[in-house]
Amino acid sequence: MSAPQVDRLQFRDPVRARALLDRLRALTADRVDRPVTLMHVCGTHEQAIARFGLRSVLPPGLDLVMGPGCPVCVTSAAEIDAAVDLTRRGVRVATYGDMIRVPGTTLSLADAQAEGGRVELVYGVDQAVELARAEPETPLVFFATGFETTAVTTAAALLAGPPDNFFVYSAHKYVPPAMEVVAAMPDTRVEGFLAAGHAATITGFDLFEPMARAWGKPIVIMGFEPLDILAALVRAVELVISGTPTVENLFPRCVTGPGNGRALGALWQVFELTRGHWRGIADLDAADLDLRPEFARWDARVRFDLPRQLGDGDDTAACPVCPPQQRCGDILVGNARPDDCPLFGRACTPDSPVGASMVSSEGMCRIWFQYGGRPELGP
Amino acid sequence: MCLGVPGKVVSVDGFIAQVDFWGVTRQVRLELCDADVEVGDYVLNHVGYAIRRIPPEEVEETLALYDELLEAAAKGDGVDLLAADMRGELDATGGGGS
Repeated sequence: MSAPQVDRLQFRDPVRARALLDRLRALTADRVDRPVTLMHVCGTHEQAIARFGLRSVLPPGLDLVMGPGCPVCVTSAAEIDAAVDLTRRGVRVATYGDMIRVPGTTLSLADAQAEGGRVELVYGVDQAVELARAEPETPLVFFATGFETTAVTTAAALLAGPPDNFFVYSAHKYVPPAMEVVAAMPDTRVEGFLAAGHAATITGFDLFEPMARAWGKPIVIMGFEPLDILAALVRAVELVISGTPTVENLFPRCVTGPGNGRALGALWQVFELTRGHWRGIADLDAADLDLRPEFARWDARVRFDLPRQLGDGDDTAACPVCPPQQRCGDILVGNARPDDCPLFGRACTPDSPVGASMVSSEGMCRIWFQYGGRPELGP
Repeated sequence: MCLGVPGKVVSVDGFIAQVDFWGVTRQVRLELCDADVEVGDYVLNHVGYAIRRIPPEEVEETLALYDELLEAAAKGDGVDLLAADMRGELDATGGGGS
């Protein structure tokens, strides 16, 4: 790779960046025909990789793919349908901004809003609690999406004692089991994982140790700056090449082994793991975060008798609005890139999304579209 | 977005802090923070909760990335998702709650 391309990147320390890239090139020199494949699982990582144009400088012997790292993308259509149905029953539904445009089986929450349903966009769970307090005679359901990093905040709000007209419809999901599904796929090319630094700020990295051993694949905790990412890639490739399935923390300034004990305490006090459907992927055991029975009085599933509909394992059935040629499921598990999908950028755009991955700012399709279709170069 | 946003604690009242984010003061809850915080500390905010107290020796380095992102967001062409999500966190408008 020529020097000017590296100089175009916004590295604070170009000398160190070049040394890391040289190391990556040397490590993967004999893997050009069968690139070392690493998977990250975080929409913000993909944003950073695309923004800084990192794929343009990676050697040909290394393939960096994104896995299930977009919580909006894996929220099941059936759960969106149930939220739409709530608005038709006169319930106010509050949720995060990216959620409202994601298609359900027939309608999105934005469609429900256009029909006259009361849908509120909130920045965080506390805003939803305040909305409920301001109108105590009307039930308000917080349609809670996000991975464990965000589930801890929902847990804290419930532990703080919300009003009686506030309910949580939990679509929170727990990332490690989804990584396991990818690791166990017989045709997976993924040889190592890059775990999201800030999620690990809460979970810590100790929990990854048994996974790395069981899967025979290293897991490296990665930060978000270009040098953090390159350093993590080097370490992950070293571990893959040497056949060392261990966990290494390349983001020590933010992440510890045990993680944030207060946040984890709140998480497991309020939530328990249950089987659930991940849109485009599969039904996964112990990968959804449901409220424990002690919190049933605030549980929208209990109060409004919301069914837990599981998919049948068929990706097309999981996404009934998607045409058969869509590749959402393959993209979500890293088996395809957005530009492998015939709909990408044509029938499926941010203004008229077909799949959830084109809606969320953390979806790989949306990120690639935003950064020019195939973000090999930075802005 | 899962990056979180750092801010400086202006006041603390029980589990509720007022935190300054580049001139915008917002309420942040503290019960999930990994350490007790005092006025003057920097915390990492995620959807209205501090999830980490940033050690003083790391503050400058942490803020540098965000300064750069905010500059990009100010250019405002809407192309830069990472910068836009960061701006959205500050304006309390953004996100999928990852």
